[in-house]
Amino acid sequence: MTSFSNISLYSLTVKQPTATQDAVTGDFIGNGKGEQQVLTANGSRLTLLQVARRQQGFREIYSQDVFGIIRRIAKFRLAGATKDHIVITTDSGRLVTYEYMPDEQEFKTVHFETFGKSGVRRVVPGEYLAVDPKGRAIMIASTEKNKLVYILTRSGQTDIAISSPLEAHKPQTLMYSLVGLDVGYDNPMFAALELDFSSAEIDPSGEAVGELNKELVYYELDLGLNHIVRKYSEVVDRTANILFRAPGGPNAPSGVLVCGEDNITYHRIFNRKSEVHRLAIPRREGATEDPNRKRIIVTGTLYMLKGGDFFYLLQTDDGDVFKLKILPVGTATVEHIVIKYFDTIPLATSICILRAGFVYAACESGDRVLYELESLGDETDDPLFDSTQFPIDPTAPYDPPFFKPRALTNLTPVENLASLNPVMDMEVANLALEDAPQIYTINGAGGRSSFRTTRNALEVLDLIESPLPHDASGVWTTKLTSEDETDTLIILCLHSRTLVLKIGDEVEEAPNTGFLLETNTLGVQQFGEDCILQIHPKGIRHIQQIQFEGDETTATHASLTDWQPPQHRTIVACASNNRQVAIALSSGQILYFECDSDGSLAMAEEEIAVDATINCLAIPDVPEGSVRAFFMAVGCSDNTVRIYNLSPDMEGNILRSISVQGTSSTPTDLTINSMTDKSPRGYSQFLHIGLQSGVYIRSVLDEMTGEIGNTRRRFLGPEPVTFTRVMAAGEPAVLAMTSRPWLAYTHPRTSVLQLTPLNYIPFKSAWNFEGSAFKGIICVSTTELRIFTFNDLLDNTTFEQIPLKYTPRKFISYHEQGTFFVIESEANTMGAGVRQKLIDQGNDAMDLENTNGETNGEANGHSEGDELPPAEFGYPTAKGRWASCIQIVDPVTEKTVVHTVELTDNKSAVSVALVAFEGHNDQKFLAVGTAKNLQFTPYKFTSASIQIYKVSPDGRELEFMHETEVSEPPLALAAFKGKLLVGTGKDLALYECGMRSILRKAMTLNCVPTRIVGLKTQGSRIIVSDQTESVTYVVHKDAVHPNRIIAFADDTVARHTSCVEMVDYETTVGGDKFGNIWLVRCPPKVSEASDESPEGLNLIQDKSYLGGAPNRIELIAHYFANDIPTSIQRTILLSGGEKVIFWAGLQGTLGALIPFSSRRQHKMFQQLELLLRNDDKPLSGRDHLAFRSYYTPVKSVIDGDLIERFLVLSRDKRESIVGQLTGAWSSEGVDEAIWNMRGLYAF
Amino acid sequence: MADKLRAQQHLEASQARYIGIGSSDTTKHEWTSNIARDSLSSYIGHPPLLQYMSIGTGQPREKTRVQLLERMIQPVGPPPMPED
Repeated sequence: MTSFSNISLYSLTVKQPTATQDAVTGDFIGNGKGEQQVLTANGSRLTLLQVARRQQGFREIYSQDVFGIIRRIAKFRLAGATKDHIVITTDSGRLVTYEYMPDEQEFKTVHFETFGKSGVRRVVPGEYLAVDPKGRAIMIASTEKNKLVYILTRSGQTDIAISSPLEAHKPQTLMYSLVGLDVGYDNPMFAALELDFSSAEIDPSGEAVGELNKELVYYELDLGLNHIVRKYSEVVDRTANILFRAPGGPNAPSGVLVCGEDNITYHRIFNRKSEVHRLAIPRREGATEDPNRKRIIVTGTLYMLKGGDFFYLLQTDDGDVFKLKILPVGTATVEHIVIKYFDTIPLATSICILRAGFVYAACESGDRVLYELESLGDETDDPLFDSTQFPIDPTAPYDPPFFKPRALTNLTPVENLASLNPVMDMEVANLALEDAPQIYTINGAGGRSSFRTTRNALEVLDLIESPLPHDASGVWTTKLTSEDETDTLIILCLHSRTLVLKIGDEVEEAPNTGFLLETNTLGVQQFGEDCILQIHPKGIRHIQQIQFEGDETTATHASLTDWQPPQHRTIVACASNNRQVAIALSSGQILYFECDSDGSLAMAEEEIAVDATINCLAIPDVPEGSVRAFFMAVGCSDNTVRIYNLSPDMEGNILRSISVQGTSSTPTDLTINSMTDKSPRGYSQFLHIGLQSGVYIRSVLDEMTGEIGNTRRRFLGPEPVTFTRVMAAGEPAVLAMTSRPWLAYTHPRTSVLQLTPLNYIPFKSAWNFEGSAFKGIICVSTTELRIFTFNDLLDNTTFEQIPLKYTPRKFISYHEQGTFFVIESEANTMGAGVRQKLIDQGNDAMDLENTNGETNGEANGHSEGDELPPAEFGYPTAKGRWASCIQIVDPVTEKTVVHTVELTDNKSAVSVALVAFEGHNDQKFLAVGTAKNLQFTPYKFTSASIQIYKVSPDGRELEFMHETEVSEPPLALAAFKGKLLVGTGKDLALYECGMRSILRKAMTLNCVPTRIVGLKTQGSRIIVSDQTESVTYVVHKDAVHPNRIIAFADDTVARHTSCVEMVDYETTVGGDKFGNIWLVRCPPKVSEASDESPEGLNLIQDKSYLGGAPNRIELIAHYFANDIPTSIQRTILLSGGEKVIFWAGLQGTLGALIPFSSRRQHKMFQQLELLLRNDDKPLSGRDHLAFRSYYTPVKSVIDGDLIERFLVLSRDKRESIVGQLTGAWSSEGVDEAIWNMRGLYAF
Repeated sequence: MADKLRAQQHLEASQARYIGIGSSDTTKHEWTSNIARDSLSSYIGHPPLLQYMSIGTGQPREKTRVQLLERMIQPVGPPPMPED
């Protein structure tokens, strides 16, 4: 018997993760121009970015999912090679190296060396990766014990051979950092920061722990003997955490920089104690800064200038960047090292300096930033600190160095790479009342926190905006002759009037062009060599040789001819190209003209008579090398689209019906163009059909036979669809106009049809615009003429952001008023009150000194302006202190924070709910759970409470009402049946609003095993999520007094729940802190039984099973996403789309789980996934099935990201895969099925 | 007997190679230390987890990483006094 699971989901990544794990610069293309690219690892994706001065900022060259957890990346280049190779460590237990092939656009695997178990484990190397600067060896290491070295040698001209690994294990040793030393062409050396804890392991007194030493260990790879030796070690500062190599060679010192707490030391290889040079890390000066707080270096980079000079940029945990130099320059001796404040940039995981003069900061939180290097920081008058000022022994006393942070001077921000990372909470809602809902997220940490609105839309660049005298209904641009490269005329159709404009330095009205001005225009066409056609309801005007003398606006023209339709008929539709014109008359006739040898109109003898009203016509452009286009499409009111031939067939006939296609609604517009696709030729002819119902259809129109096939359908908006052929980013595309404009284009990477709305106002008519200054799209919307253009077709989302004060934790929306309540808290940070007090004190002290007691009225006027802007500088830290606030954000109308309530008394907000309490009419209340003096590991607090605020009717202000103490921090709050449901620790309680406090109505002690972190409700059912023990199903019984809250079902697996959502009454979808997404379901019988009795007596009598609830829920789907889901929701994403499960991950991933509705498709996808796992093995060397089953076997989820790899495979490979599918699938059919999964549910 | 010897040797080789392979003499302290170290190393090695903890504590990832590494030295306290 075959059994089917009762649900199956298709997992798609909508937005790739943007948290950068590592970034390196290098020349990965190797075209000899010496260009540099940035290679970044985000989540499981490798991305190659290019920065160039010519184009604006960043461009993504290539990106690929490796289906493995990327841990480190590095580059290497063998002597004599022209390009850098890539080496990555992942969780695959393999060392994989790649070469980027720019022509094929792929990463080619060079080496694939298995060394250990898969997974991220303590002793499996991969946590650290170091490469010899000369590219001769690679060392990988684990956090404890294991180190492996691979030797790279050149074999032949291009091949690089890799040796079997050499082991350099040392048990009971932890590693902190690893670098490859620059020793020129001596034997390769690696330096490691190690800590041997074996003595502490056998010392029961616990004293040995305090006496452990951190060592700087040098490993030498003896290339002659082919073995690795632990050459030398020296004790370094116990707090050391990171190493940087110093350049080597004849005129450079070689050696290593060891950075620790308040400590940067230079060590020469095999150095003597006297040769150590030490610097303390400069500290910030300021009223709010603790002068005794020591900094550490978190990241940095070495940059070599031409001529042997070099410097380091090192970033501290505050974000301050220092420039460090080893002096003197150009010799192998080191006399001192100096450090100077450079600039302050947001905290980064990697800083990359590019030779083109850019600095790329892969920020830990928020947008990644590209800076331009204005100067090398030598001119600024910031204090310079020298190693001669500091003792070598870090414990010896010294004067700590101080500097004053200031605004950027050496760097200028050039570009922000939008990044959602980290997403703290998300909600999909349609507050702006648009066609499709918007995605609202709270992002970022610290001063760089923000509230973002994400939309599926293409960003456009507005070029020109100018008012029109009247409402315009149509716009065209045209050249004057077929040889012209740019457009000269703009023709506007105003209400029963036509306006002709000339494009020059200014756009001005052009008289005497010969156009009929007192009519509506239906079409304008540059015809033949030098003629222009104006098609209007009463005929066709044929104008020859329009010319302008120089910059004159008055035109001259040679001759005018008017063609008039038969009596009592008007032209209702037209289609044309340079050599052909077709018009449809009100009588249902279609007349066809061709261009004569002298450029005049020659009417064909044949005509078409259709017994339905003709709505629209379409003729493609004349194909290159032909005299005419072959087909014409006609849309009729009887819901058909008919294709007629325009070139003589076998019998020499034209205007014969070739095919008829039925549509679901009346076609309103048609267009035919050539667009790039995956066919062997690289492009195909497409017929685009727009329907009255707002549906868009694109089919391939065979150029030889005129047959229609390979159809894609999608609903765009509730209004009829009309089209314009345009060029977008250099590619042919179609602009579809309905309730809002859409662009149908070919995705630059996957070459499949992409439909994305524009982030622009709706308009009714548009045309392609090619001016001498710029190319774009001209459009008219009521009384405005606009020209815009597209930058990039790769990113189909747009962001709007509103800065927030502190790290946002959770938010809740007030749909009716379009506002969000965000709770924010910042650990180990001085509260706003304390900060202000310190600043004022500092100012007062200064005022006293300066004015010597003079009364100074301005002294009290110092406001927050004296504080360094936290977005760049962060907040002053204070151990154990919290800064926390509640902010109201209006993302729709005002697009700003409208109200802020600062929490005092070292309280931090931990949860929020919007409640309409029973008996308070329409008044809404905001409940905020707070904890005082909260601490983690171990979890501690002094008190906890729930604050209730009255929300003003417009949702824009809060008024404090009362605060009620509770036993433990309420990490979960929810509105429930006009009351407030509170999870405090393990207990679940129900509260009502009183005058002075909230009043407890019911309570269940020990409802869950650890701590309640989330509550979701539907009817009387409550889904309680536990911090470590999955979810518990609970029912509320209000027929008895006191009310009962009874847990009746829980899970068998300990899931560290991060977010949950009820998919339906029985089913819950959730995510956990290890990056899994799962669906669990309560068995139907248990579910029914829970709602049977109104007082729940049957449930109370049920015996607890194995120490938990009486019943167990069942797992129905499971998937490893490699990102911690922070919010999950069941929602629609598109206008007219179906509901999907949408989730947001901490690292900035947005993903969707789409339920399958057809078994045939599901079966195909299942087979396809299986085939792709084998035929297109993940780049990381990880087994795909094992990756998606990282913690728990994947269940009932098909990985759409893997499936979509099918789209970029070579044609042969695709055909061979399709050949293995059962069920008569063609390659096109599979393409369409894949397209539908993304196109109809997500974007 | 030879089989038993080989099995014994194999076990010893594995124990040397992979940390955490227990034997009948594994003490509670060794066992719990092992688990704790495995967990800590997993927190460091999984980028999203490290980021999650860093955001919670409001400090840079590098600082959290070093703190977790420091905790790996003696995660569950010193070994117990030998019982003689």
